[in-house]
Amino acid sequence: MRAHPSEYEIVSPHTLSAVLSLLAQEPGVWLPIAGGTDVMVQYAAGKLAARKLVSIWNLPELRRIELSADEIQIGAGCTYTDLSEHEIVNREFTLLSRAARWTGGIANQNRGTIGGNIVNASPAADSLPALLVYEAELLLISARGERRVPYTSFHINYRETQIAPDELIRAICLKRRFPEYYAHARKVAARNAQAIAKVCLAALGRFADGFVEDIRLAVGSVAPVPLRLTATERAVNGKRIDPQLLQLARTTAASEVRPIDDIRSSARYRVAVAGNLVAEYLQQLSASEMKT
Amino acid sequence: MTTARIVGTSVPRMEGRDKVTGRARYVDDMVLPGMLYGATVRSRVPRGKIKQITFGPGIDWTEFVIVSPRDIPGKNCIALIEDDQPCLADGVVNHSEEPLLLLAHPDRHLLAKAVEAVSVEYEPLPAIFSMQESEKLCQVIWGADNIFKSYLIEKGDVDAVWENADYIVEGEYTTGAQEQLYIENNGMIAAFDPLQGLTVWGSLQCPYYVHKALVKLCNLPENRVRVVQVETGGAFGGKEEYPSMIAGHAALLAMKSRKPVKIIYDRMEDMAATTKRHPSRTRHRTAVRKDGKILGGEIEFTIDGGAYETLSPVVLSRGAIHAGGPYYWPSVRIRAKAVATNTPPHGAFRGFGAPQSLFALERHMDRIAEAVGISPVEIRRRNFLRPGETTTTGQSVQEEIDLGRLLDRALEVSDYHEKKKKFATENPPGHSKKGIGIAAFLHGAGFTGSGERYLGSVVGLEGCADGSVRILVSSTEFGQGTNTVLCQIAAEALELRYEDVGIAQPDTQEVPNSGPTVASRTIMVVGKLLQSAALGIRQTLTASGKLGSSYSPEEFRDACRAHVAEHGTLRSLARYQQPKEIFWDEEKYRGSAYAAFAWAVYVAEVTVDLTTYSVSVDDFVAFQEVGKVLHPVLANGQIIGGIAQGIGFALYEKVIWQHGRMQNGQMTNYIMPTSADLPAIRVFFEELGNVHGAFGAKGIGELPMDGPAPAIINAIEDAVHVRFNSIPLLPEDIFDALAKPGVPEIASSSARGQI
Amino acid sequence: MSASSQDPAKCEIAFTVNGQLATVRVHAMERLLDVLRHELGLTGTKEGCGEGECGSCSVLMDGLLVNSCLIPVLQASGANIVTIEGLASDGRLGVLQQAFLDCGGAQCGICTPGMILAAVHLLNKKPRPTLEDIREGLSGNLCRCTGYMQIIEAVAEAGRRGAAT
Repeated sequence: MRAHPSEYEIVSPHTLSAVLSLLAQEPGVWLPIAGGTDVMVQYAAGKLAARKLVSIWNLPELRRIELSADEIQIGAGCTYTDLSEHEIVNREFTLLSRAARWTGGIANQNRGTIGGNIVNASPAADSLPALLVYEAELLLISARGERRVPYTSFHINYRETQIAPDELIRAICLKRRFPEYYAHARKVAARNAQAIAKVCLAALGRFADGFVEDIRLAVGSVAPVPLRLTATERAVNGKRIDPQLLQLARTTAASEVRPIDDIRSSARYRVAVAGNLVAEYLQQLSASEMKT
Repeated sequence: MTTARIVGTSVPRMEGRDKVTGRARYVDDMVLPGMLYGATVRSRVPRGKIKQITFGPGIDWTEFVIVSPRDIPGKNCIALIEDDQPCLADGVVNHSEEPLLLLAHPDRHLLAKAVEAVSVEYEPLPAIFSMQESEKLCQVIWGADNIFKSYLIEKGDVDAVWENADYIVEGEYTTGAQEQLYIENNGMIAAFDPLQGLTVWGSLQCPYYVHKALVKLCNLPENRVRVVQVETGGAFGGKEEYPSMIAGHAALLAMKSRKPVKIIYDRMEDMAATTKRHPSRTRHRTAVRKDGKILGGEIEFTIDGGAYETLSPVVLSRGAIHAGGPYYWPSVRIRAKAVATNTPPHGAFRGFGAPQSLFALERHMDRIAEAVGISPVEIRRRNFLRPGETTTTGQSVQEEIDLGRLLDRALEVSDYHEKKKKFATENPPGHSKKGIGIAAFLHGAGFTGSGERYLGSVVGLEGCADGSVRILVSSTEFGQGTNTVLCQIAAEALELRYEDVGIAQPDTQEVPNSGPTVASRTIMVVGKLLQSAALGIRQTLTASGKLGSSYSPEEFRDACRAHVAEHGTLRSLARYQQPKEIFWDEEKYRGSAYAAFAWAVYVAEVTVDLTTYSVSVDDFVAFQEVGKVLHPVLANGQIIGGIAQGIGFALYEKVIWQHGRMQNGQMTNYIMPTSADLPAIRVFFEELGNVHGAFGAKGIGELPMDGPAPAIINAIEDAVHVRFNSIPLLPEDIFDALAKPGVPEIASSSARGQI
Repeated sequence: MSASSQDPAKCEIAFTVNGQLATVRVHAMERLLDVLRHELGLTGTKEGCGEGECGSCSVLMDGLLVNSCLIPVLQASGANIVTIEGLASDGRLGVLQQAFLDCGGAQCGICTPGMILAAVHLLNKKPRPTLEDIREGLSGNLCRCTGYMQIIEAVAEAGRRGAAT
């Protein structure tokens, strides 16, 4: 352990408003910590810049899932286990529940939160491509009030997001309008469990009479931020699925992604696999019976 | 005599109860009064001269114990084969992470900060990081020519075989470094008292190695140094020689401070600074007859030893001797060398050179098969050693081993022929390809050649005052079952119950030197000595009239109690005597290299996913002849665990180097298999017995490490028809090979599918 | 109970461990792992990696499996913690622990406490787990010795023997 606990302060107010007051008083000073599965790794390695932490673990206002007829609001403090065990998330937002089951092992799923995953903003995060294709909206809250932000514009650059220093994510809102879509996700990593994605795809599509009716493709680990493949979607939308389209999709995806070489994998591998995953999805889509 | 058989049954693990209840005490679980914590300041450059060391601001250095080379009472070295490795670098560093200074403080959390606050100014020297650079003498960093050791093994007349060869097959094969990744990091506690002397407790395999090193480092008499092994959380060779270094560090701090000092590495430090498996490069050139029989060949085997010699000569030796595998070579020339690079010294890891040279050989056998147009099965069958034939070192195979039969059994159980045919016809274009591959190999148990004689292991057995019996050995338990099986052996030999036998904690003050716990020798060699020692106890008791020639465990207990009451002790020692038929010429490197070989055939079935280029091992069959299985559950556990490490060696475990320093020294980015990654591994034993081993046993600990990698890579070649000669083989490597034009593909036609 | 933001000194934190109330006076950012091991002397929980990868530090917190190396002790305030020491009662082994012994599930033993707790967590959710369930349930616990098979057999066997916690 390469940090001295005496040099850190951590407080755990009992209410969300108390947390928000603290953040408002000293913006940028207090680092929110939920499940700690990212923050505590940095801390133990002696690499945590923040010296003051405010615990938002298990705050009831953040850890609930609310349903209305057309929307689900997932509290940012929900853990991956909360997501993977929720009936509606499993049924209507399967890409998210699947991603939740892929993140770390059981112990980390019991503590890691969806809000933490978003704010940590690693481009390799498992849940983020799902949020992109579901076109999530984030409810950001501060002492100043609440605002709704489309998730697609939330990530500005590598580990840089729109969140203000005095803000927290309160909830993730997903519209319940994907029952007709064929959903598919795949994570490519160094091993079958407990591994950071080298490439991951979340895909939603509708297919009828041989044609693509709608398609959403998002990929992780291929850019500084999780990436929606808008050019590939445009190239494929409304087209007939045949071998030429698969090839077009593959090459468009390959040109759209911009991965790097890093400790886990190579850029050229990621490009090729991203293309393969998209082609694989389209093949599955054309074979599907419009099942989610 | 009504005792049921104990050897051959799966008795409860001796220390198992403590392990499943959390009561087992590992070194970091121990606290001594007044204990300080120690840490190591390490080099950040791979090679250079130390110009200045500055103790930076923000730390009250007066609170710290600081040890530098000047504080070393004896010789500044970690004594092993040579004395070239310093305990603390003095003036010059030869690898990243080389220890420079030691710090100790009562507050464990303060140490990391203090280590960061020490700044070292270097005058960098040009460093070399590869075997090639070392051979080319881009820099001379060790001795006159960077060569720690070389061996030449010759048999027959190699130069004459090329003329009559129908085929000459060449190949080059490489293996990377592999981290042992015991889940318990290295740790040691040392305490020094001017009267009692020095005591160290630690996670270690070889108490007497540590003892020898401390005597020299600390300039203390042998009877004033005491080394105690505590419960050890995995080792696999990674705690064979390295503990002498960390023990030396803890000892120096304890001697200077006169307080107990505990040093526990965290994972990042353990991975970056301690030993790994030697990277290797093997070049084969083989003369083959048209029926597939090997006429002869040249094998060049090179390993990267890192910056200091440590155990490289011995790793080299084993790798060189195993380079010919389980085959008959009428003539062969094996040139082996270990070279220096500016990386942390590489060291012992299960298999110890053999996984490296056997990977090359078993890949090469498939290449020979392809060149000659014979199947991988037949090429092996035709070349297998038969009883009476000689190995590459001229050792005659004395036992009735039938490798052809072992092969047939493995093929049958794995459904090899059916699957091979099925995969060849059914591998569809795109998506995924399946393949199946074989490896056949052997592993010599015990120390090489005259090694066991040189060790002169001594094993003790004592009768206790309460009538129980206690084993006295320096052989250590670290999961493989030493405690359990040795107690079984003693109980069986004395016709007692398993519960009547105990084993002393390995403590150099209490137990004789039964040799290091390495080289798959413990059950075979130490166990056999234990049988002799047991006989000695029995003879003493019968000679004194207290015990009849047959007796019950209760009668034994009474006799033992009475004897101890009367004489004070009841102790029997047995010392190793090399059997006369084991003759080894150390100069010519010829003769009987090992007292016994275990033999094996492994079959791996894989799927290569062409969307992601990843490989999954779907089925794994392991057939081995191991003498006698003394404990079925433990034996199975050894084989499965070794195969898991072998799968890691082949497909997952890559050390990423930059300027001679490991970059991926964390569990998140050094990848070992999880429970979700491994198939059911099917294990089968054949048992021929072994006259040299306890109750017929041979060594099995390292055997399973040798087969998985070549079997898997052979299977991958079967699946995608690309020749891979280097491990670890990652999906990125498979992608690169499939994507490039002019890839080294096989010329064979019928089996080639569409990629 | 929380620390004052003016004075980052030690504070008192209370929680239940293995059925007993424990009160410790520590820095709030101490890792739960270190508090269990050093303050409470419960050394059965181990540190293998310090980054939540190996699972050797697994404990049950309010019935959920967690990696104690990733939990600031302040967040454990008021929680119900179960460590390996809490599993065997009156010196008798639990069904799962006995199954580990019978099947060879423990070799060097360092991963064993965390592995057993992960198995407890799994068996609580799925009393008769399939092999796939077991593989997935234990996938966050690394073992270098066994190759997992005998551990998986032990858990399956414990399920068959009716392990209940």
